[in-house]
Amino acid sequence: MNIITICRRELATFFDSLMAYIIMVVFLGLSGFFTWMFGSDIFFVGQANLSVFFNIAFWTLFFFIPAITMRTIAEERRSGTLELLVTKPLSDFEIITGKWLACLLLIVFMLVLTFPYYITVASLGNIDHGAVFSGYLALILISCIYISIGIFSSSLTDNQIVAFILSLSVAFVFHILFDVFASIMPGSLAQISSYMSVNQHFQQMSRGVVAIENLIYLFSITLIGLVMATMSLRRRLWI
Amino acid sequence: MGIRVSNLSKKYGPQYAVNDISFEIQTGEIVGFLGPNGAGKSTTMRMLTCYVSPDTGSATVAGSDIRTEPEQVRRKIGYLPENNPLYEDMSIVAYLQLTAELQKVPKKEIRPRIREMIALCGLTREQHKNIGELSKGYRQRVGLAQALIHDPKVLILDEPTTGLDPNQIIEIRELIKKIGREKTVILSSHILKAVEMTCDRILIINRGELVADDSTENLRRRAKGADRIRLQIRTELNAQDLKALLEDLPTVAEVTPDAGLNQYILDSKPDADIRADVFHFCADKKMVLTEMTTLESSLEDIFRELTISQTES
Ligand SMILES: Nc1ncnc2c1ncn2[C@@H]1O[C@H](COP(=O)(O)OP(=O)(O)O)[C@@H](O)[C@H]1O
Ligand SMILES: [Mg+2]
Repeated sequence: MNIITICRRELATFFDSLMAYIIMVVFLGLSGFFTWMFGSDIFFVGQANLSVFFNIAFWTLFFFIPAITMRTIAEERRSGTLELLVTKPLSDFEIITGKWLACLLLIVFMLVLTFPYYITVASLGNIDHGAVFSGYLALILISCIYISIGIFSSSLTDNQIVAFILSLSVAFVFHILFDVFASIMPGSLAQISSYMSVNQHFQQMSRGVVAIENLIYLFSITLIGLVMATMSLRRRLWI
Repeated sequence: MGIRVSNLSKKYGPQYAVNDISFEIQTGEIVGFLGPNGAGKSTTMRMLTCYVSPDTGSATVAGSDIRTEPEQVRRKIGYLPENNPLYEDMSIVAYLQLTAELQKVPKKEIRPRIREMIALCGLTREQHKNIGELSKGYRQRVGLAQALIHDPKVLILDEPTTGLDPNQIIEIRELIKKIGREKTVILSSHILKAVEMTCDRILIINRGELVADDSTENLRRRAKGADRIRLQIRTELNAQDLKALLEDLPTVAEVTPDAGLNQYILDSKPDADIRADVFHFCADKKMVLTEMTTLESSLEDIFRELTISQTES
């Protein structure tokens, strides 16, 4: 119940700000533009396929989620409202989870806005609806991780820009660095790195196979992020 | 069932922000928490609201322990933090709705409760505005309204009148008095005037330590000796003789020359009315009293004495 309350308030704040609409327009514009640029052959080949769009969205989300999460806690720290919020009868974990859920719903909303791409492409030929479904699902699942990282970063500072850079850096490790490690490290280290890479999981899942190991990975990284963000709120008690 | 604090301490680094504080506040009392900036008022209040944990000591708020039952404590308190942070982007009604939900006010009661708070805190004319558009006085009322929304047993107000103009201070003070009748209220300030008129009892804190805990009346009585007036007399007498004569007055404790000609600052003895004495003295000697001003309220002095003597030592 508390989580829903926090989530609602967070969404209301987001849609109240101009920044929100800029983020959404730019996200849609960029995704659309790159899909058209790199995927324009789909219009000629007649092979209806959204995989280009999903790979583009995978990258745009990587950049845009930190922009969405950066204000969540940093701004409350800066303005002092965090003190009011944490002295209400709800747990710090509920605050974090409520904010996380709000960001996730927002991403889902933004992805729903990309349905016109889907409809356009579908009208061109035989589309594999199952592949589209798993593509969207994969995007939503990797968003869970990046939002969690973003909220943790936001909880560490009272400066939104610092939060943005921090969460982009941590996300960079999962998005790119682990992939790089996987290709240069020997043996089991490579395997571990590959397992840690968001990209590997995304590619697997968007191909339509969501395995239990993918879910374990997503769930644990997300939860670790949320717990660390909670600890960062609770740090006030002891210092 | 009010507030009970025993041996509460909190350190930041090597320095005590709050050092071994103990006091009790009964239900229905309005207590002023007075001390200069940096004395440890906010830190104490933050421990009572479970915002920070004490290093040692314990406290109960309306019967709930701040260490073991923080959630219970938070249900029972209404808290107005220092500087009154608010969600600027929300409307007053939406903000009160949010607070009511977080404070677990039953769904059906939320709307009437918000209406009641808006009326009580004098926000009726502003109720559809966004908080960011409000003047400082109205923001303070919103801060009080959110603290009161769930009808808490205990109110903890950190510097509720700081930064307001004199009229606003009076309004907020009246409001606190009105709502404070059936509640336990603790309000802090670094200005004596802000608590003197509102509170039945005053706790004075300095450098993390409690230096006084008494009823406002008792403190005032205790401070009587520090009654201080400035006077100027037109006379033929030379300065030395006049000073000697003034010092001989039964109620006068000390005479200090001031800047002007025949201008003196007089400190009275305890419980004595210095002004009557001075007046009769001048009248008897056929001297003209050209100025007689009370320099500061007596409590001001005891506050200063308690907080300065400690700072110097
Ligand atoms: N978060 C903090 N970190 C370090 N020192 C602090 C912190 N909060 C307060 N202090 C220190 O504790 C002392 C008491 O502060 P505070 O309780 O805010 O005083 P007051 O509210 O009476 O002005 C001050 O010396 C202050 O610098
Ligand atoms: Mg303070």
